[in-house]
Amino acid sequence: MVWRAAVARAALGALLLLALLAAPARAQTQPLVADLSKHLVAITTGFSGTDVLLFGATDGPGDIVLVVRGPPGREVVRRKDRAGIIWVNADSVDFEDVPAFYWLATSRPLDEFANPAVLERHQIGTGNLRLPVADFAEIPPQTRTDFARALVRLKTAEGLYGEEQGVVRQLANRLFRAELHFPSNVPVGTYMVEVYLIREGEVVSAEITPLIISKVGVGADIYDFAHNQPALYGIAAIIVAVAAGWLAGVAFRKS
Amino acid sequence: MQIYLPIAEMSVNVLLILGMGGGVGFLSGLFGVGGGFLMTPLLIFIGVPPAVAVGTEANQIVASSVSGVLAHWRRGNVDLKMGTVLLLGGLVGSGLGVVLFRFLRGLGQIDLAISLSYVVFLGIIGGLMFVESLNTLFRSRRPRKSAKAKGSGGRHNWIHGLPFKMRFRKSKLYISAILPFAVGLLVGVLAAIMGVGGGFVMVPAMIYLLGMPTQVVVGTSLFQIIFVTANTTFLQAFLNQTVDVVLSLLLLTGAVIGAQVGAKAGARLKGEQLRILLALMVLAVCAKLGLDLVLRPDDLFGLARGGGH
Repeated sequence: MVWRAAVARAALGALLLLALLAAPARAQTQPLVADLSKHLVAITTGFSGTDVLLFGATDGPGDIVLVVRGPPGREVVRRKDRAGIIWVNADSVDFEDVPAFYWLATSRPLDEFANPAVLERHQIGTGNLRLPVADFAEIPPQTRTDFARALVRLKTAEGLYGEEQGVVRQLANRLFRAELHFPSNVPVGTYMVEVYLIREGEVVSAEITPLIISKVGVGADIYDFAHNQPALYGIAAIIVAVAAGWLAGVAFRKS
Repeated sequence: MQIYLPIAEMSVNVLLILGMGGGVGFLSGLFGVGGGFLMTPLLIFIGVPPAVAVGTEANQIVASSVSGVLAHWRRGNVDLKMGTVLLLGGLVGSGLGVVLFRFLRGLGQIDLAISLSYVVFLGIIGGLMFVESLNTLFRSRRPRKSAKAKGSGGRHNWIHGLPFKMRFRKSKLYISAILPFAVGLLVGVLAAIMGVGGGFVMVPAMIYLLGMPTQVVVGTSLFQIIFVTANTTFLQAFLNQTVDVVLSLLLLTGAVIGAQVGAKAGARLKGEQLRILLALMVLAVCAKLGLDLVLRPDDLFGLARGGGH
């Protein structure tokens, strides 16, 4: 299970490297260029979600599709079932390499311009996400689809998955821009922002830009302290609590 | 005004958290319960991962109990000797509880175990307390002064036959130390599994099982809870890294103030009235959790939390 994820990551890394190496050489004839207003989203103490501007240009008319993918990880979906008079967790399905975040934005409703086979190939749209199941052979296909649908629905309810059709603004068939919104519960990690240029139903050009989301400042320090020095952190937490309680007690005696 | 919680990895409204801390802190000061059995479900309800809610709540209870115990200490309402015996039992119990917790998690049914123990214990305790305090209230309304006063009278004989008898001067009791030790132990096990201080189990146990006077019960249980929850905080931070100090600081700011106000309000209320109110609150939480178990959930599917890393 773990090695598969590792291979996938390595493959992704290689692809990215290739894309980076290839980019300058093709710069002259590239039908599509795009960039982000920032490549690092810092989660600070005051973080309550953020917007990142994506902008770019095409060499002519065409539709734009944006896909933001969060770092892949494992997700376990459970289904409750009746046992006597109470509802308990019964079946569960393990999904591997599930993007922690998935957001789709388009210049027009997808069904007006894109070929469904193309969308499926590029995993464009939450319905086209490939969600690999662990213990694949042991789980019947119907169960797999039920659980996969539930996974997408639950992630959407958390604000981590979503689709917005027609929000990519185009100007004079050349320039385009879109706001990417990241909610406050956005997972940290390396994100991939994919931009597709679609003409006559087919992808004619694509570009991938990485986006890093990470904690910085006091919050990051606290997180690191908690994970690197857990025993000290626990003691510090107790001292803070006792001191705060005592302070309040003393303050109230005077009043 | 939003603030990002580094361990819970989410952003929350500062005023909401302060308000929750204040409200639960008030009840904690009033009844001498840590308030964990209210706060932990509340935190989970607003979206804090359950593991973080449990770990952080333990840390916050340390603070509100320290602040609460000071108020009771000044009025001389803490039985240190009784508290120490309860505490010894509590530390052994919470150790056992952690082992049991891991075993249940291995079976994959820890959520169910938590919910069921909440429903069972809140139901039994709330029900008993409600009936008992209603009886007391009606009896005290009659001209005859409550003849069956609390104290050592009317106990079963075998309890008096137990060894290691100790005199608890503040509690006006002369009983075997095994009894409070056992109460502490049982509460410790529950506290570890349910992620609470255990005051809502301990307070009634001290009143009805040990026969302690109500005035001393609250301060003494707070005293014991400080150490049990400090132990839980350390274990959670050390083993699971699930103590969010930012969240805990916000909660305890509200809670310590609430606890002070609550302790003052509690001094003006009669023991029976306090018990009826506490019983009703316990029963309300029990009913809510019970309904969640019995009613068909809105969504049968759910994402598993906390074990992913």
